[in-house]
Amino acid sequence: MSYFNKLTSALLAGAAALAVASGASAAEKIVISNWDGYMPADMLERFTAETGIQAELAVHATNEEIMGKVVAGKGKGYDVLFVSSPFVEALKNLGLVAELDHAKIPNMKNLYPEAMKLDYDPGNTVSVPYAWGTTGLCYRSDLVEGTPDSWMDLLKPADALKGKVTMLSTDRWLMAAAFLAEGKSVNSTDDADLAAAKDLLVAAKQDLLAYDDTTFYSKLVSGEASLVHAWDGWCNYGIAENAEIKYVVPKEGSDLWVDTIVVTAASDHKDAAMKFIDFILQADNGAWVPENILYKVPNKAAMEALDPALVEQYPNLGMTPAELLQQEQLRDLGKGQKAFSKTVTEILASN
Amino acid sequence: MPRSLLRDWLLLGPGLTWLALFLVVPCGIVFVFAFFERGVYGGIDYIFTLENFSRAFDPLYLSIFLTSAKVAGLATLIALLIGYPAAYAIARAPARRQTAYLVLVMLPFWSNYLIRTYAWIVLLNREGLVNKGLATLGLVQEPLPLLYNEFAIITGLVYNYLPFVVLAIYSSISRLNPEVLEASEDLGASAPRTFWRVTLPLTLPGVAAGAVFVFVLSIGNFITPDLLGGGRLQMVGNIIYDQFLTARDWPFGATLSFLLIGVMMALLFSQAVLVRKAQGESGREGAAA
Repeated sequence: MSYFNKLTSALLAGAAALAVASGASAAEKIVISNWDGYMPADMLERFTAETGIQAELAVHATNEEIMGKVVAGKGKGYDVLFVSSPFVEALKNLGLVAELDHAKIPNMKNLYPEAMKLDYDPGNTVSVPYAWGTTGLCYRSDLVEGTPDSWMDLLKPADALKGKVTMLSTDRWLMAAAFLAEGKSVNSTDDADLAAAKDLLVAAKQDLLAYDDTTFYSKLVSGEASLVHAWDGWCNYGIAENAEIKYVVPKEGSDLWVDTIVVTAASDHKDAAMKFIDFILQADNGAWVPENILYKVPNKAAMEALDPALVEQYPNLGMTPAELLQQEQLRDLGKGQKAFSKTVTEILASN
Repeated sequence: MPRSLLRDWLLLGPGLTWLALFLVVPCGIVFVFAFFERGVYGGIDYIFTLENFSRAFDPLYLSIFLTSAKVAGLATLIALLIGYPAAYAIARAPARRQTAYLVLVMLPFWSNYLIRTYAWIVLLNREGLVNKGLATLGLVQEPLPLLYNEFAIITGLVYNYLPFVVLAIYSSISRLNPEVLEASEDLGASAPRTFWRVTLPLTLPGVAAGAVFVFVLSIGNFITPDLLGGGRLQMVGNIIYDQFLTARDWPFGATLSFLLIGVMMALLFSQAVLVRKAQGESGREGAAA
């Protein structure tokens, strides 16, 4: 056993030495982590051509994945991150993101005034919104009778829809469906609210085809599902394939989700990173998002230049910032997270 | 240090280093994290606590452990029932054809686990090939609920891990000394009796190895319950995944991981005991083969 301990400590020392050595190399290059396909493929090339700054793309599949990496490594190795709004708040509280110098991001002027006063980061001190939207119901108008307009249409589906609905299982959105249906805050961690939401969602599970966070729109296209819980931008992917597919924000409201861009506190190239954010905020770069991946952006200049035919085909692209701001924003749950995630586990594990 | 001892350590070096760096150290970290508190915004507060363990022994998580064990156990049983005859047939086939059969058993591994899992979705969904085929033949009126349930999860697990069972049992059966079987026959035992009293006991180590493979890989699996189970059934793997990523509660995720590692260690240990016992019973002969 003592031999083994010596071996382990020798190995640990070796690993530590390697880590120190690799941290020493530094060139004028920024590393950006974004969702795959969430910006134009030639974006970094054009950025380098314009600014002379080298840029490298790392991709993450989910907020959770990049959070894991950044929290574990204190953000070292990354300069710019794309994360959703509740995670900005967590990163800010953990001291992992840098204050933004607005003088270095003049294109901030392209944003809607509403996009400067978002609750999770008023004044955009550490983050810049990249895309935003709502969560609601996406359905086949030829297979669903009438127009669904309430979260209860999803949670207590009509007999014809039983076994033909899907829900998002990502904790915050799963719970938001029930919270909104019951007139509660989407950020509640109150015991009574959690218990009520649990009862509703456990009952709703009986009528679900499946939980689906990634392929729900193709289930609508194939006819496997008739009504699904969806993010507006993803519903548009279904609409692109079948014009009978429609999106609606239920009358009880939606959450407002915002995907943002932040600079890590650990970045050695903060000026270059902010130049990149400024580049993203150019009107034509912002317009790429609604034109290609069918999400709304908080970039006024980009949205005003949008082809009206696109808005006609995908009506949710036409939602105004004022309409979006009426929806409650998802916030980090802080201390309430334990009780919240236990409730989610209870729902997902129920029979 | 004597020369042969030096040589042994040199040979063992790379393997031991690998295990120490990528198995022992990470497991140690997981164990240590289980005794700290989650930071309010994720991450870890280095304050000693036993709260994670008291949370883990909540009936909720115990029932998820039991569900996982049930699913993994069923998958193991079915894989053995399918795998044993297949392995037996391959081991008894002419030598030149055995290689071809074994390559066929391994063939699914040439494609990615996720792709193979999605292929099952294409087959089993309501509008999928199986239901469309049955409907065309007039065998069913309404599509059968083949996907997004426990049946689909077990099907996926059995499909994915069956090759391990076949290989493990095959290696046991092919090492079986034919003289032992002849002796049993000469002494008047019927074929079924020879199988139950001679073949099966002697190939038990292979059965145990295959069973442990399937069980251990199944109980920690989270992709199959997510995709084929439609997230409707939670296994330990899903909970651990969610605690580390979605809830960002590393200490609790670490506690659940540690308990799962404990279960697996116990299983591997009992498998080793079983193998040793079986080898002891088969005597010198088994060891020499």
